[in-house]
Amino acid sequence: MSEEIVLSIFRGDAAGGQEVEYRVPLTPGMVVLDAVHQVQAHQAQDLAVRWNCKAAHCGSCGAEINGRPKLLCKTRLDDYVGETVHIRPMQTFPIIKDLVADVSWNYEVAKKVPAFQPAVPVPFQMQQFDVDRIQEFHHCIECFLCQDVCHVLRDHNAKDQYFGPRFMVKMAEFEMHPRDGGDRVPMLAHEAGLNMCNVTKCCTEVCPQHIRITDNAIIPLKERVADQYWDPLRALFKKKKAPAATEQSVQG
Amino acid sequence: MAQPMQTTVPSRKKAEKHLPYWVEPAFTIVALGGFVIYAIWEVFWHNTGTYQNYVSPFFSPGVASWFGFHVLTALYVVWVPFLFRFSCYYYRKEYFRGFFFHPAGCAVAEPNSHKTRVYTGERRFPFNLNNLHRYAWYLAVIVLIFLWKDTVQAFIFKNGFGVGVGSIILLINAVLLTAYTFSCHAFRNMVGGRKDCFSCANGKPSTGYKWWRRVSSWNHFHGGWAWASLFSVWAADLYIRLLIMGVFNDPRLF
Repeated sequence: MSEEIVLSIFRGDAAGGQEVEYRVPLTPGMVVLDAVHQVQAHQAQDLAVRWNCKAAHCGSCGAEINGRPKLLCKTRLDDYVGETVHIRPMQTFPIIKDLVADVSWNYEVAKKVPAFQPAVPVPFQMQQFDVDRIQEFHHCIECFLCQDVCHVLRDHNAKDQYFGPRFMVKMAEFEMHPRDGGDRVPMLAHEAGLNMCNVTKCCTEVCPQHIRITDNAIIPLKERVADQYWDPLRALFKKKKAPAATEQSVQG
Repeated sequence: MAQPMQTTVPSRKKAEKHLPYWVEPAFTIVALGGFVIYAIWEVFWHNTGTYQNYVSPFFSPGVASWFGFHVLTALYVVWVPFLFRFSCYYYRKEYFRGFFFHPAGCAVAEPNSHKTRVYTGERRFPFNLNNLHRYAWYLAVIVLIFLWKDTVQAFIFKNGFGVGVGSIILLINAVLLTAYTFSCHAFRNMVGGRKDCFSCANGKPSTGYKWWRRVSSWNHFHGGWAWASLFSVWAADLYIRLLIMGVFNDPRLF
């Protein structure tokens, strides 16, 4: 007889709910999403779970496994042999049903982020080493696990004051683009709430794409805010050099 | 290609097997708290940190003696490294987790007492002063120059060049402090991070780009340098303090 694994899956909706235990046979290489599908197929046909690619590319199946935000499709069950696997929806967002959370707030925030503004007429050429930095940010699959774990959103529900790590990555992607002419620093300093972040790096720890969110996006953006708002010496130096600064325009 | 030293995909075992969340904040409380208590004892109960050709990092440079002060002489210097470490991006993570539970661990609920207070992150005093980290860095570099002077001096004994255990400790301390200082996120921004385009001058990688890449690779280990240099400062000062107290003599290697 094959080994069994015990899943304790949250069943409920906005009105409330509780964890229900299911037992599924463990097969080699099985991931949590496989087990949830087993439950859905044989024991609870009305179990709600959002998924698409089952290959850690679509970012749909984010949930909390034993209290830690993870992708269901990228979490192997053989890491939990002998344990009960508790599966709950992402806590930061309102629940719709069972493991499905309403992440639509993120799409509203996405609309606020100023898009790429080419500083030179398209098409243009770029050097690979200039875009290396922002290509890391392109790996984001928008699973929103970073938003889920961010304590500013999770514990303080400060969604009206902070866009969250996902959108710091998005803004860094545009702000550091070698051919972008926009200035998002004032927005970062105010509406986007960059300084609500106290760099505890949980977003980096849970990112399934291994993007160094804090070190490569948030902290460099904080430094740019400091450049503009917290550095009187630099401001003085820049004023004196103002005429020459115009030569910094983006030329190929 | 990704950023320099971008996190590579960790091995599965390493990724899945985490220590309990409280281990890291507990370590921070013990190590950082212990250091702060030791520093208070050192600064407020001692007026000299010099033993023959060795100078404790707590007492260098001798700012107090420049002005003829002979009381609490370390106090004129230690505020610089204190500000540098307090505003450091790495230590912010550690003290916000360890001392403020904001949060104590990832996806760990904050204490109920936090729910009655408005969270402002780094927008309000005193944490908004962390934005001045670059100024703390400028001052820390000045102190570091003096520490290297002290390190050279630690190899020059009355009878000429020599190496004592203290010389080695001070050398290791200076190296670790240099690594910590120059792997700083603010320095990474200064040398090139604030530029969007590294090739726009002539189509070739600029000097700023080369520095930014180099500092980025050091920055990857900034947390490690932060702890290592904290312990080396602690060890160097304690060693010199014990020499001053006559607990043992400094062994000369040659």
